[in-house]
Amino acid sequence: MSPWREKMGSTMAGLRVDEGVLLRWLKLDPWLVFALLLLLGVGAVTVFSASHQNMAQMVSLGARIGMGLVLMLVMARIPPTVYQFWTPWLFAVGVVLLLAVELFGHVGKGAQRWLDLGFMRFQPSEILKLAVPMMAAWYLSLRALPPRPLDILATLLIIIVPVVLIMLQPDLGTSILVAAAGMFVLFLAGLSWKYITAFAVALAGLIPLMWQFGLHDYQRQRVLTLLNPEADPLGTGYHIIQSKIAIGSGGVSGKGWLNSTQSNLDFLPEGHTDFIFAVFSEEFGLVGVVVLLSLYLFIILRGLYIAVQAPTVYGRLVAGSLSLSFFVYVFVNTGMVTGLLPVVGVPLPLVSYGGTAMVTLMAGFGMLMSIHTHRPFMAAR
Amino acid sequence: MKRIWKEARSVSKAVEDEARVRDILLRRAILAGLVCFFVLAGVVARVVWLQVTAHDHFTELAEKNRTRAEPIPPSRGLIYDRNGVLLADNTPSFQVELVPEQVKDMESTLALLTEILALDEDDLERFRKALKSGRSFDGIPLKFNLSELDIARLAVERPRLPGVEVQARLTRIYPQAGLTAHAVGYVGRINEREAESIDSEAYAGTSHIGKTGLERFYEDTLRGKVGSRKLEVDAHGRSLRVLEELPATPGEDLHLSLDVRLQAAAETALGDFLGAIVAIDPRNGEVLAFVSKPTFDPNLFVNGIRTKDYRALMDNPDRPLFNRALSAAYPPGSTVKPVMGLAGLEYGLITPEYRMFAGPHYQLPNDDHRYRDWRKGGHGWVDLDRAIAQSCDVYFYDLAYRMGIDRLHDFALNFGLGRMTGVDLPSETAGLVPSKDWKRATKKQAWYPGETLIAGIGQGFMLSTPLQLAHMTATLAQRGAGFRPHLWRDRPAEALPPIKLAKAGFWDAALGGMEHVVQAEYGTAHKYIGKTAPYRIAGKSGTAQVFTVKQNETYSAKGLNKKLLDHAVFIAFAPADAPRIAVAAFVEHGSSGSGVAAPMVRKVMDAWLLGETVSKDAVTLDATGAGGRE
Repeated sequence: MSPWREKMGSTMAGLRVDEGVLLRWLKLDPWLVFALLLLLGVGAVTVFSASHQNMAQMVSLGARIGMGLVLMLVMARIPPTVYQFWTPWLFAVGVVLLLAVELFGHVGKGAQRWLDLGFMRFQPSEILKLAVPMMAAWYLSLRALPPRPLDILATLLIIIVPVVLIMLQPDLGTSILVAAAGMFVLFLAGLSWKYITAFAVALAGLIPLMWQFGLHDYQRQRVLTLLNPEADPLGTGYHIIQSKIAIGSGGVSGKGWLNSTQSNLDFLPEGHTDFIFAVFSEEFGLVGVVVLLSLYLFIILRGLYIAVQAPTVYGRLVAGSLSLSFFVYVFVNTGMVTGLLPVVGVPLPLVSYGGTAMVTLMAGFGMLMSIHTHRPFMAAR
Repeated sequence: MKRIWKEARSVSKAVEDEARVRDILLRRAILAGLVCFFVLAGVVARVVWLQVTAHDHFTELAEKNRTRAEPIPPSRGLIYDRNGVLLADNTPSFQVELVPEQVKDMESTLALLTEILALDEDDLERFRKALKSGRSFDGIPLKFNLSELDIARLAVERPRLPGVEVQARLTRIYPQAGLTAHAVGYVGRINEREAESIDSEAYAGTSHIGKTGLERFYEDTLRGKVGSRKLEVDAHGRSLRVLEELPATPGEDLHLSLDVRLQAAAETALGDFLGAIVAIDPRNGEVLAFVSKPTFDPNLFVNGIRTKDYRALMDNPDRPLFNRALSAAYPPGSTVKPVMGLAGLEYGLITPEYRMFAGPHYQLPNDDHRYRDWRKGGHGWVDLDRAIAQSCDVYFYDLAYRMGIDRLHDFALNFGLGRMTGVDLPSETAGLVPSKDWKRATKKQAWYPGETLIAGIGQGFMLSTPLQLAHMTATLAQRGAGFRPHLWRDRPAEALPPIKLAKAGFWDAALGGMEHVVQAEYGTAHKYIGKTAPYRIAGKSGTAQVFTVKQNETYSAKGLNKKLLDHAVFIAFAPADAPRIAVAAFVEHGSSGSGVAAPMVRKVMDAWLLGETVSKDAVTLDATGAGGRE
């Protein structure tokens, strides 16, 4: 038992609850739970400042966090075998919903992403963030590993179909994330370096083609903006410039909570959603950034540890892929906000206000915990 | 057995495979973990660059984002006369302004405002002109002096009028209007040409600048020092709070030597004539009255003059905007004779006792041109006293001829003739005292002796302004110890280099002649002002052959007759033994220096020395009674 658990146990003892039994019944991983709650706390604190202390938004954020936590608890209770069994169905439903979006979707902000279910608006691409790595893992777990060329092709097909559908919406950010999640499965399954190199070369060759035919004008503009944001300071470069000003002016120790002038005075658009990292950096400085990114790194490494410990191939691949996807979220967002990557609409996971993305992430972590806590011989340890 | 082996091998192979796949995953997970670590370290490195290396740069940019400096215009200094009467005041008034960059549709906004405020073409034209030269984020005034009703109407329509603001501003107002217009001048909105030459920092937030008169001359003193306000603004440009404030330093008030009552007395004395009267305190050079007629209302100019008003001023043949006291160069006529007499004494050409027989005309040797005296029969035997008191032309023809133009020129310059007095007003005219060099340089002609003769009686090329004549009179009154004329009383009196003559008696002779002009029975002005004078006056009359300020084709028929009359000049100081005031009056087409100009001077002196105010009815002008030139 870890020291942390001992400490936890002693405080819980006051409540006369056998923490061992409760945690074991909940099937939670205390390390992950602790880190995730910390992250959600940081998010809530920063959103409060970045949304100009908007209480209505805080209530809705609370509701979303609550929903995410409940989903995480439920997902953690469900054994991995059940996930494995239902994987193809989930994947099929996801793809069908994507097609439905393509046909009847609600157009918002120039992109077709939402499906109006009457009681709530729902983004089917969120399902695929989980369903694609699950499906790839499900398929590969049935085949001999490392994967042979035909299996690789089949897995690529599993990945490409939903990715193309998401790209058509168009939602470049999510399609990249979904594709990455699928590719991580292949990578972890032991895709030989020969193929990885070939993929890399093919991708490099594809980029000019993508540039010409695969990207919308506004997406091309964003990439150009990254290279020289000052070329159009009031147009597309505005976000990046203001974001860099926010971060840079924060300095080592930051301006302090609620003191972000860039956000408070509206110079930084979307400060509480996609650009929350800039507000966080401005208020908490380099110290805050190092703490925050360390927290992220801890979660990622914990996820990879769970993957390594997982008893089944399916569990291993899903856990590893979800952990690495989480890393991609963090990098794409922080890279964008700091001006290292082009502007793609990816929120900072669990910190940004918004969307169904947080709920999906919490579901993913629930599944990760389920994989870890449903190992055989756990009780005997 | 074989089967068992085979099975065992396949199990062991499966276990082996299982272990191998696990191993691959372990190695790849470690690799991935390392990649994650290094990539996130890269992000941290980027943040270090932003927050540490480039911190100052971004702090400056953030500061620039959130703050805006706004100038606080200083309030302009006020102008008072010597008794504390306000001549230029600041009064709050409401005006409607448009901020171009905030106005969505300029034309429809103007159309709506035209309806609400009953704007006319002039307002719109003036606004459009200002719009072209203005800055897009500065308010450009559309209408001034809004009434309460106007403000209420604007408030109602406000939602439909983005970028339209009602501003309370201090507006310059001249309570004495035309009375002091030529001295005080006026301020007006900064125009394009001025905007280029002024220090834009010093004028930040200031919309007006002194255009003429003292307002222009003391612009830097009156303006004050601009303050500034540092505001916190949001991304939409709204100001949220004041971070720092450096108050403006108000401009300095000017207390003038001018006396409004004397000014009014002089203006009244001039009656319906055009011309100028300048009164100076000879003991210090303080200008007491500075009148140029006709005058104009300077208040019209403050916020941009209406085309109609401007045209009326420009089309007026009397040219009300022309500052006759300062910028009109008239022939001084016989008023220069005392100075000529002093020159003759100083150069040893005459003595006070020297007498000559003055016939009806003077002739140069080898020349049959006759230079006539104003008195048909001549003056007979005259000395200097008589020559001045009766204004004998022949005496001064002879004196000038013997002196020569260059010596005449050099001496006259001492009295401020032919050069600017250096008064604290802009656009002063230097006048002219001719010389051989001057004629050669400007006319490319040789000097003729005949031209010396007429210069000796203040005619010909000789030109001077009424201010110069007043200054010359003050210098005579001071016996050469003159002061630079000035209107700002707080400025210390500036003594000019004194004029030293070989004998003090020279002054007695010339000034005595001047006193006899008024006080002696034989003096030219005696019957007009000398008989009744309660104090002793020393003066000199003059009549200048018609030399209109500007030949104007659109002169009315009535004016044409008037135009044929000579200009009347009179200079005087009093009391003669201890002078406290020196006055010069120049009356266009007044025809008689003693008959018309002298009574005017007397009225001004009475007002000053006796404290009498002059009513218009009391002015009797003897324009018809005066015969010929004295």
